[in-house]
Amino acid sequence: MQHIISVLVENKFGVLSRVSGLFSGRGFNIESLSVGPTLDPTVSMMTIVTQGDDRIIEQITKQLNKLVDVIKVVDLTEKEYVERETALIKINTRAEDRAEALRVADIFRAKIVDSTPNTYTIEITGDVKKIDAIIHLLRPLGIKELIRTGRIAIAREEIKTVSAKEEKERKVVSR
Amino acid sequence: MKLSGSQILIECLKREGVKVVFAYPGGVNLPVFDVLYDEKDLQVVLCRHEQGGTHMAEGYARATGKPGVVLVTSGPGATNTVTGIVDAYMDSTPLVVLTGQVPTKLIGNDAFQEADVVGITRPCTKYNILVKDVNDLAQAIKEAFYIATSGRPGPVLVDLPKDVVLAKTEFKYPDKVYIRSYSPVYKGNKWQIKQAAQEILKAKKPVIYAGGGVLASDAHQELRELAEITKIPVTLTVMGLGAFPGTHPQFLGMLGMHGTYWANMSIHNSDLIIAVGARFDDRVTGRVADFAPNARIIHIDIDPTSIHKNIAVHVPIVGDAKMVLRDLNQILRSSGNGSLGQHKSWFAQIEEWKREHPLAYEQGDKIIKPQYVIEKIFETTRGNAIITTDVGQHQMWSAQFYKFDRPRTFINSGGLGTMGYGFPAAIGAQFAYPNELVVCIAGDGGIIMNFQEMATAVQYKLPVKVAIINNKYLGMVRQWQQLFYNGRYSSSYMGDSPDFVKLAEAFGAVGLRATEVSEVDGVLREGLAIKGPVLMDFQVDQEENCYPMIPAGAAINEMVFSDPDKSKQTKGQNQEEKADGVLTA
Repeated sequence: MQHIISVLVENKFGVLSRVSGLFSGRGFNIESLSVGPTLDPTVSMMTIVTQGDDRIIEQITKQLNKLVDVIKVVDLTEKEYVERETALIKINTRAEDRAEALRVADIFRAKIVDSTPNTYTIEITGDVKKIDAIIHLLRPLGIKELIRTGRIAIAREEIKTVSAKEEKERKVVSR
Repeated sequence: MKLSGSQILIECLKREGVKVVFAYPGGVNLPVFDVLYDEKDLQVVLCRHEQGGTHMAEGYARATGKPGVVLVTSGPGATNTVTGIVDAYMDSTPLVVLTGQVPTKLIGNDAFQEADVVGITRPCTKYNILVKDVNDLAQAIKEAFYIATSGRPGPVLVDLPKDVVLAKTEFKYPDKVYIRSYSPVYKGNKWQIKQAAQEILKAKKPVIYAGGGVLASDAHQELRELAEITKIPVTLTVMGLGAFPGTHPQFLGMLGMHGTYWANMSIHNSDLIIAVGARFDDRVTGRVADFAPNARIIHIDIDPTSIHKNIAVHVPIVGDAKMVLRDLNQILRSSGNGSLGQHKSWFAQIEEWKREHPLAYEQGDKIIKPQYVIEKIFETTRGNAIITTDVGQHQMWSAQFYKFDRPRTFINSGGLGTMGYGFPAAIGAQFAYPNELVVCIAGDGGIIMNFQEMATAVQYKLPVKVAIINNKYLGMVRQWQQLFYNGRYSSSYMGDSPDFVKLAEAFGAVGLRATEVSEVDGVLREGLAIKGPVLMDFQVDQEENCYPMIPAGAAINEMVFSDPDKSKQTKGQNQEEKADGVLTA
């Protein structure tokens, strides 16, 4: 099963190498990896998408935690989360397909960021399903080049809803 | 007052309580050695190869529990320490390796004797740092010692560029070090410990399986208490030998690939395994799918990654062995003696297994059997020596036939199985305990790998003793080739070179030899009594095999006890015999 893991690390020289070395050294799979600074300039956030059964994911999480520069590891797959990825797609269409390509971009609310007589470069941001879908639709029209950033994800905040029964119980207790 | 980086480094080492540094000078660390020239509170040991120096530091660390310190130069000096670093990583030995580096401006420029040591050792150190500014040096050293010795111990490398050790700054040694991303757990979860106690009270066929973690935690007292309160038999891994007295009636011997029959059968038939400071390594478990099919497993370990890695456990407890066992013993003691079984029938079963397949060998009246030498060493030293071994059959025989009663008296390379470890490790242990008897038991293959360290032993007048179990073969390899490769001894025969006695004498040590059984006792008594480094060459049976053995892929109870039927097997042949040629010089 695919898991998306966010890893908070010290923003120090060599940390990225250490984490990716851990994955390759132990034979864990990295499907995508994205890293960038957080609000605190001494701390970076890495988002890693990996594959494995429960036992393997448990090992990955524990091994990451063991690294001295890793501050916190969260397996977002177990929670509610928002994920995004950006892709830049350069399509090379025949003259008669240019309109169709623009229509697809429009449906997905993508932006055209470059345009030449033979190509369009499309910028699309969304969750992995949306990115996969637009690529699937554009492929028959002719994709010349494709680059993806890898997924980033953030946990959703829990909204605590209070039911009518709980409201009543609270009033009883506080009296 | 401003101090140079070199002076700061030496000051930091002294503040950390370092007494011995195993070193080899070179271009980029000359400034450090210049400061050491006047240093009276630190002993600097000049090794003859940085690998030897690193194994010495490991031997020192394993004998004392304190971190071993290595100081080498850049490039090849640093890369020569890598084998020792990986060995320390696998066996959780605390080590601080200080490597010189080319000046910061030259890093990445393919400078003379430059190597990306931080990159090379990233996967095999607990942590490593390249110090780029002399103002960060003291903090880096403090952090290095803290990381190396806390939690699950391990090697830490600090790379020191030449300009950093030359630069001057105000010296301030931090009192405490706090690393926000690193905080090992020492105290076990109270609820989990209670669970463990419940399991122990219920069990009918329990076994305690303890390893190196008990020694790292200094928990041998608590382990003994646990065993004696609960009357549970104890088996140890090769790294744990000495954590429970080898002569104790509840001791089952070592378990695993060359463990005793009754230790392995106890584990296989148990209904409860209490694992303390051990990691269910593949040499112990055999075929994982069939490991201890009826056992509930309690696993106490300071490293969460070891728990649930190979074997599913039922009561995991992350924590320091000493602290957890203390809490556990308290609960068990207060549960009242009535509920603690005597396990008489379990011990009776174990006695039966002992009778079925005891550790045995047939000593004739001429050719020396290797096991006989080990037993004689045990007798002559009265079980009181610090024993280091190299890697191979002799290592397994030492684990089987020498009974270790005290912790930190058996030093060997378990996880990585590094040949060439035994002799330098013995030297390191001797520096730790100059007045104790230290004996290295090595094979003829391993001893030659770091023999150059004999010069170190002679230079520092160390009374270290080396007993070579000389069968002219790479014994363990030859055994596997005999059993699984039809006796095709490919590249495992080494022949008569060198003459070890002459070699020892060339270095300035004493060399003795025994070629027949009747000579063994005399050679041992003479050798051990000499005040200085001694080499004893015991020429043993060339095709003796180490049993019991769990063949690769077999389960822990599927042991083999003797050579396959000789009549059905062609006699083993090494390549020279096969070619029918003559050995050319």
